[in-house]
Amino acid sequence: MRARDWLLDESPNSRIQASAGRFYRMGLALLHNPLAVLGALIILLLIATALFAPWIAPESPVGQMLDRRLLPPSSANWMGTDELGRDIFSRVVYGARITLMIVALVAIIAAPLGLIIGAVAGYFGGWVDKLLMGFTDIFLSMPKLILALAFVAALGPGIENAIIAIAITAWPAYARIARAETITFRRSEFISAVKLIGASDARIIGLHVIPLCMSSMIVRVTLDMAGIILTAAGLGFLGLGAQPPLPEWGAMISRGRVFILDQWWVATMPGFAIILVSLGFCFLGDGLRDVLDPKQAGKS
Amino acid sequence: MTPLLEIDNLRVSFPTPRGRIDVVQNVSFTLGRERLGIVGESGSGKSMTGRAILRLIRPPGEVTADRMIFDGTDLQTRSERAMRPLRGARISMIMQDPKFSLNPVMTVGSQIAEAVRAHESVPRRALAKRVREMLEAVRINDPDRVARMYPHEVSGGMGQRVMIAMMLIPKPDLLIADEPTSALDVSVQAQVLDLIDELIVNNGMGLILISHDLNLVARYCDRILVMNGGRVVESCAAADLHAATHPYTRGLLASIPRIDETRDVLPVLDRSSWGGT
Amino acid sequence: MSAISLNGLTICYGGIPAVHDLSLDVADGESFALVGESGSGKSTVLRAISGLAPEWTGQISVLGASRGHGPDRAFARTCQMVFQDPYGSLHPRKTMDSVLSEPLIVHGLSDRSERVSEALDMVGLGQDFRFRFPHQLSGGQRQRVAIARALMLKPRIMLLDEPTSALDVSVQAEILNLLKRLRRDQGLTYLMVTHNLPVVAFMCERMAVMNGGRVVETAPSSALRTGDFSDPYARHLYAASGGDEIVPEDQE
Repeated sequence: MRARDWLLDESPNSRIQASAGRFYRMGLALLHNPLAVLGALIILLLIATALFAPWIAPESPVGQMLDRRLLPPSSANWMGTDELGRDIFSRVVYGARITLMIVALVAIIAAPLGLIIGAVAGYFGGWVDKLLMGFTDIFLSMPKLILALAFVAALGPGIENAIIAIAITAWPAYARIARAETITFRRSEFISAVKLIGASDARIIGLHVIPLCMSSMIVRVTLDMAGIILTAAGLGFLGLGAQPPLPEWGAMISRGRVFILDQWWVATMPGFAIILVSLGFCFLGDGLRDVLDPKQAGKS
Repeated sequence: MTPLLEIDNLRVSFPTPRGRIDVVQNVSFTLGRERLGIVGESGSGKSMTGRAILRLIRPPGEVTADRMIFDGTDLQTRSERAMRPLRGARISMIMQDPKFSLNPVMTVGSQIAEAVRAHESVPRRALAKRVREMLEAVRINDPDRVARMYPHEVSGGMGQRVMIAMMLIPKPDLLIADEPTSALDVSVQAQVLDLIDELIVNNGMGLILISHDLNLVARYCDRILVMNGGRVVESCAAADLHAATHPYTRGLLASIPRIDETRDVLPVLDRSSWGGT
Repeated sequence: MSAISLNGLTICYGGIPAVHDLSLDVADGESFALVGESGSGKSTVLRAISGLAPEWTGQISVLGASRGHGPDRAFARTCQMVFQDPYGSLHPRKTMDSVLSEPLIVHGLSDRSERVSEALDMVGLGQDFRFRFPHQLSGGQRQRVAIARALMLKPRIMLLDEPTSALDVSVQAEILNLLKRLRRDQGLTYLMVTHNLPVVAFMCERMAVMNGGRVVETAPSSALRTGDFSDPYARHLYAASGGDEIVPEDQE
């Protein structure tokens, strides 16, 4: 109760208390949204699964046991086994690591790239804007999966190249959002005031413009995660992403395709995992949007 | 003569995380065919009072009153459907900024015509004539040209005159003007208010003028209600405003700089009771 | 030496001139008002002096030094600006502490913590407000922070762009008193833009009336007591703003 009062103090005594209080309030607001909580739980489950995969998974994801090929789900193999006798549940659990890695790396590469390009274009306007946005539009005009395919084909198949390819296709959307957001406040008085103080453009963009774009960016990235997972799965499915024997969910579906009519579980189980995690990100993203909505957070 | 509007113990409340808060409480007044001014600062509840009369407060806001009677009909018991012919035709409201109240993709003339058509059916030629007369009445020099213009093509002052034309053409009995001129320049303000005043007096209407500007209200109204924190703190004839008794009204009057100002420091309201500015 | 001297200043927005051939002198320590209605170009003049409207020709000199186009760091320490909209002039995600520290960090000044708390005291806000966000402050409190921010670098000249027009009258009185006190205590020069003649009568010594991008009349603000204006537009503005004022009976 003491900590709660400290967090909700209307006149905080330090910077840390002020920002902690702000995040606490956001957290509280998020907790009032049941779907967002569900989404957050799913994402937490994904992270926990990825962290503790060796302890959760009953078997090795790559150990072959050809004498128990294509067994249906049972108490011994919860999700059945695949064509090489590997436990599908173990593979799905280990697959969480790959999925989480893809999602995290794409977010780390694409979001800051898009954010900086968009903020710079929106802040300066004029020819800088035309140049950067022209460049962005070229990327935006090509279908994502096709572009990713082209990159992977050029770089060679593999999980790292798949991540790079997805990141390259993901940033233009973020650049657009960041630019649109920046334009709404680049002429506002609080930006003018910092200019008049004599702050450099880099400082204004980095410390004043980008923090204001952050919330919509976080929302958008969270909502896009589902798409990123699907693209990664799609590349895996086409054999251009993770290579066997890596337990990537898309690649697993691809292998299971051959048996889809007689041994449905081989393709379906990783499919469930993909749907669940995608839904989790969507729910969380929707909830975050309600909490971080600039119209609610900006003026009250 | 029965009064045009009777309000008794009006209360408007909104829910907050800390429970329901009354933004208007215990407001009572009667209005004949006269000009009533409601003055107050932001958050005083003056606009909410105006909106409550037209039942424009949406849930979760809540309006209750012991009596709310307009020209013999009870406003509280009317259904939403039965309110519609009342709004516009009998009670009109002018909002602060014409930019947000006019439809940007309709010409000025057709919007004014629409205001009539919503409530009565008039032959097209008679309607055009009435629109023209109304535009002339709000002193627009070239009514035929202005009628064909779109809202973004007219200036702020003219936009507000178009709004007034739109609100007055159905010949309402009561006009509620909520800060009708605060978006306008001072020199245009006087013209617009003189115009409202003239039309009100000529047509024998009632006016509720809601504003933050004490002097303006005193100049254009017969009676004044001063609101603060959702309550009416002072009610007096406009001519007696200088003899106001409530400390809030007196403080407010004193804090306004005058054009022939000689004071070195402006007296400030004592806000210690509710903390800070 | 005059604090601000404008000579043959023509200011454009996107190639269209908004202010024509304007010449003006504001003496050191003076409080000068630019008065006019919307579209008269009065705010544009402030924006050109501050560097926010870089499209101009003519000459701007501040404290004897010629002013370049665009904001610059040295200039920031002599001249600062307070904006009209207290809701728009503070970054919505920054605490008052970081708003007030920013000028000190940019200019590499030390003792930031003491200076911030001094500035809060100076504008009549307690230390309670130091770590609040803008949405936790009222309009008047935000305007006080904006004034404190402008004073952080101890400038000698303040450009005030309608500093009270978005505020309630009782709050306006507090802010006007504050501005007046700060000017007296720190020997500041004010160039204030407003449409409100009574505010000019209270705050300023001289005024220039602007209409259509030109100064039509320059007069001492004592002219507001007598109505002694020669230009027809200035007289019209005076008549529209004056009228029958109401004065409480026992006014000192």
